[in-house]
Amino acid sequence: MGAGHAHKLYRHGHSPVHGLPPHTKLAAVFAFVVVVVSTPREAMWAFGLYAVLLGTVAYAARVPAGFLLRRLLIEVPFVAFAVLMPFVAEGERVDVLGLSLSVNGLWGAWNVLAKGTLGVAASVLLAATTELRELLLGLQRLKLPPLLVQIASFMIRYGDVITDEMRRMRIARESRGFEAKGVRHWGVLAKSAGALFIRSYERGERVHLAMVSRGYAGSMPVIDEVTASRAQWSYALALPGAALVVCLLGWSL
Amino acid sequence: MHVPDGFINAPTSAATGVIAAGAVAVSLRGARRELDERTAPLAGLVAAFIFAVQMLNFPVAAGTSGHLLGGALAAILVGPYTGVLCVSVVLLMQGILFADGGLTALGVNITNMAIVTTVVAYALFRGLVKVLPRTRRSVTVASFVAALFSVPAAALAFTLMYAVGGTTDVSIGKVATAMIGVHVLIGIGEAVITALTVGAVIAVRPDLVYGARGLTQRLKLRVNGELVDAPEPEPAPVAARTSHRTVWAAGLAASLVLAGFVSFYASADPDGLEKVAADHGIDKKTEEHAVADSPLADYGVKDVTDARLSGGLAGVIGVGVTVVAGSTVFWAVRRRRDDDTSPSNTSNTSNTSTDVSDSTSTTSV
Repeated sequence: MGAGHAHKLYRHGHSPVHGLPPHTKLAAVFAFVVVVVSTPREAMWAFGLYAVLLGTVAYAARVPAGFLLRRLLIEVPFVAFAVLMPFVAEGERVDVLGLSLSVNGLWGAWNVLAKGTLGVAASVLLAATTELRELLLGLQRLKLPPLLVQIASFMIRYGDVITDEMRRMRIARESRGFEAKGVRHWGVLAKSAGALFIRSYERGERVHLAMVSRGYAGSMPVIDEVTASRAQWSYALALPGAALVVCLLGWSL
Repeated sequence: MHVPDGFINAPTSAATGVIAAGAVAVSLRGARRELDERTAPLAGLVAAFIFAVQMLNFPVAAGTSGHLLGGALAAILVGPYTGVLCVSVVLLMQGILFADGGLTALGVNITNMAIVTTVVAYALFRGLVKVLPRTRRSVTVASFVAALFSVPAAALAFTLMYAVGGTTDVSIGKVATAMIGVHVLIGIGEAVITALTVGAVIAVRPDLVYGARGLTQRLKLRVNGELVDAPEPEPAPVAARTSHRTVWAAGLAASLVLAGFVSFYASADPDGLEKVAADHGIDKKTEEHAVADSPLADYGVKDVTDARLSGGLAGVIGVGVTVVAGSTVFWAVRRRRDDDTSPSNTSNTSNTSTDVSDSTSTTSV
């Protein structure tokens, strides 16, 4: 994939965070999220410190705050769920502004909101500073089964092609005056999905034949092996390390 | 239904992660059987298709719209193993790239949306196709029913996980009614779209629909004006072994689910016999069983106070022990039988097996 094919979530840059080997970043994000999830929810200040840590990383990566906040919107459906929690949860109740809310539910809502938001922000930072191909190399390096990595790489590589095909079919439908208004139009949409499946599958067969004719025998050659020095590892693991300190403080205080 | 971080507690997330990893490993091997070395490109493209189709919104009523989950569709179109793989890869990529669903909740998400939907849908589908007449319409009907039940099944699985490791104590009844109620509605939409999609594919390329592979008409030749059955291509000899393994795995999974989860909700009252015995004083003389104070006595694990959880644990452990014991007996018996076979027999089988591997290697090139 050449230049112009980077995905929308990636922000091109040359910051130190961009330069880190992908597998160190993947490991760091994963460890960070695990630490965040295992922090007790009563230690509210700990979550503030986590947010500060992530903010530092975002600053080092030169990812603007607006970009980060806009990408956080993906979480909205679960925020709605979290808002409902204080109303339906059991246990002791407390009156806030004339509404009877469950104390336990409030804690639960806070728990989901804080941990969920931090997790999403960490993933967004990872996607914003790592190219897709690098990400796949990193997964391979972290010993994900090679077949799984290959499937993922084909999915990423052809995802845009298939989505574009779907978009073209939509334009074709709309230019014939079709507008999906309700249940009566499900049949048309399903026929489009069926056509899309046939096209994807046949494209897969063509891709396979093209690969076989170029000498593919079931595994992809690794051309660019990524390695990480000890310094790079320690640099990447500074984030979960700091988070772990906060987490331990949260448990002990 | 993408679960974010912090929704399910860490131990449960880890446990579901192990389940998901195991299922993906099994599917990787199974998918190789379904697609041989075309696995990577084809599964990748189907994953891209699932990803695209999840963006296809269908209007439900004024203003609201739903989208396909795709587990049932994938299982029916490309087979259960490839289906599990494709949906898992989609979820993995959504988690890493789009931050849709938490990274620690990846196990929960894959177990719910990739494994439960696909397995439930495919089991139902296979069963129905066997029962119904061998026509294309019955494939469509079967895929409708399969998809209809797959979505509430995933909601049910989520509720169970929530019951085990939810971080807020909303009563399970409420979670169950909310989740299953909503997902029954979503399931209806999913079912209609899945059935119509499968119908559309089957009308154009019936050979692509994995679930309809058994429905091909026998090839007939017209010899001197008479219809004669064409000689069947010889069946693949490997099939027997694989089917045994599938049956074994399915049985194990079913018994684990029954023992671990369903016993959760089994009545804690004495069963019929115990009740009758108690009522009529038959059990006056029954002595405590010799193993009554073993760690698994009375279907519960000692030191685990929650009655239902301990019952479930004991069930799972029991199934494990039974399987190990049974497998040992089976293995021992088979060993003995193998020793008995005459040398001519064994040399024969080894010959055929090399033949098979030869033929497969030639076809794969």
